[in-house]
Amino acid sequence: MKTSRWWTVAGLVIVAYSLFPLVWMLSLSMKPPSDIVSGEPQFLPTTWTFDNFTEVFSQSLFTRALINSIGIALIATLFAVVVAMFAAYAIARLDFRGKRLLLSLALGIAMFPQAALVGPLFNMWRGLGIYDTWLGLIIPYLTFALPLSIWTMSAFFRQIPWEMEQAAQVDGATAWQAFRKVIVPLAAPGVFTTAILTFFFCWNDFLFAISLTSTDAARTVPAALAFFQGASQFESPVPYIMAAAVVVTIPVVILVLAFQRRIVAGLTSGAVKG
Amino acid sequence: MSTATNEPEVVVSERVKGERRLGLWLTAPSFLMMILVTAYPLGYAVVLSLYNYRLTDPGGREFVGLNNYWVILRDAVWWNDFMTTLVITVVTVAIELVVGFIFAYVMLRIIRGRGPLRTAILIPYGIVTVVSAFIWRYAFALDSGFVNQWFGLTDFNWFGDRWSALFVICLSEIWKTTPFISLLLLAGLVQVPEDMQEAAKVDGATAWQRLVKVTLPNMKAAIMVALLFRTLDAWRIFDNPFVMTRGANNTETISFLAYRQNVTLVNLGMGSAISVLLFLSVVAIAWVFVKGFKTDLSQVRGD
Repeated sequence: MKTSRWWTVAGLVIVAYSLFPLVWMLSLSMKPPSDIVSGEPQFLPTTWTFDNFTEVFSQSLFTRALINSIGIALIATLFAVVVAMFAAYAIARLDFRGKRLLLSLALGIAMFPQAALVGPLFNMWRGLGIYDTWLGLIIPYLTFALPLSIWTMSAFFRQIPWEMEQAAQVDGATAWQAFRKVIVPLAAPGVFTTAILTFFFCWNDFLFAISLTSTDAARTVPAALAFFQGASQFESPVPYIMAAAVVVTIPVVILVLAFQRRIVAGLTSGAVKG
Repeated sequence: MSTATNEPEVVVSERVKGERRLGLWLTAPSFLMMILVTAYPLGYAVVLSLYNYRLTDPGGREFVGLNNYWVILRDAVWWNDFMTTLVITVVTVAIELVVGFIFAYVMLRIIRGRGPLRTAILIPYGIVTVVSAFIWRYAFALDSGFVNQWFGLTDFNWFGDRWSALFVICLSEIWKTTPFISLLLLAGLVQVPEDMQEAAKVDGATAWQRLVKVTLPNMKAAIMVALLFRTLDAWRIFDNPFVMTRGANNTETISFLAYRQNVTLVNLGMGSAISVLLFLSVVAIAWVFVKGFKTDLSQVRGD
């Protein structure tokens, strides 16, 4: 049983690997800006302060970006999951021409170099009047989230015992009751897991966010971080940027803590086993 | 079964027709979305790439054929960015594959603390790439970083030189994406039959022999898929160099070049040609994996 202890030690090393940069981020976010200009910067703050968070939330550059990030990511996730749900149902349940084509297309989109679209979309969006709007970001997010959503959800849908629907109807349930009481509870975890993975994808984007926005009308937090300044030009912006970084990391940490099992299942089933 | 397949399928039943129709209707939104937002703009980029066209001088738009490609492929900037992207891709994917496999193996074998380990490893996966880039940039920066203090490097400027800057860029990339690759490898690892391991053990195979002769060949599909996805992902790298160096000291990548020409310089003709070249390079990499390395994508596609 000694070996099992060694595996736990190895596990601890990996936990340290994963969390150490987060400790560094927290430390930076709670440093007074004067800690940054000093000659020998230390790992921990000289004095701990929450002022950077207050400062960040007082700047409309950040608060607007936070609202944009949340709104755009949630709307894009919602639409991606709904559109992908139809496709995933068809892939898991129906036999039709075009199934293979759709799956191949999804594979192609997952590999597509998004930077190659930045130029044409920039030009097209200005022509259509959706440059620097929520819609202008939601459309590419939705599109590039679709492959992941379709794979993950169809993998989950394949595991659903669909014959239970008929069994319920034999037992006297109406078609709607059978769907609502039997299929929905079975399908919901897969749909929910897909939504989490899709949300991570939209929350993470930077390339489209800096290419297809120009003001705080639609600029998301990752893009805003690149433009962020300190409270005054004489102070380092580092602690403020890190405070903002902590804020956008909080939803990620909460989702991971709450749904670790589902995320792992979603990533492994959707990406490899199919 | 045999009698059913021998029957000539002349009449397609209403039911089958209905199923096909429903299948197409349900997948139509996905088809439309993916084609309209990628294929159409890409075609538009191909057209634009044949013109000399700057937004700052719309009147000067003229057809120049393949001249933009000719200019780019003779320019040192393209080849410099190509090399930078190649170095980042090879270094990060090679290290991630080895480290990711070790992580996957630990996740497979660990008994106490399995849940917390998987939770912790998902944090780098879920964190915003730009945030990761800032974290590592500030760890190495002269005015904020602890790295120089800890390792006695005093005033070494990591971002002042191409290779040291690329080192930090690769570090951030590796930290963030190794968990993803390790989860893909874990999915392959659990499919390796335990009794094959035992049989090899009984036959006197060493741990290394079991790894190379039993474990790795049995998870080849998972490894190749993880490799393909990570290679293409690394090839498209943009966020880390943008946040850390803005492409200074020869750290610009191909995606960054496409962004700079199209969005910063609004040189849409030249920018579109770079976009098309970037697309073709991705197609070439995928082709090498599928035809050259015989990567089986049917499992990924799910058919």
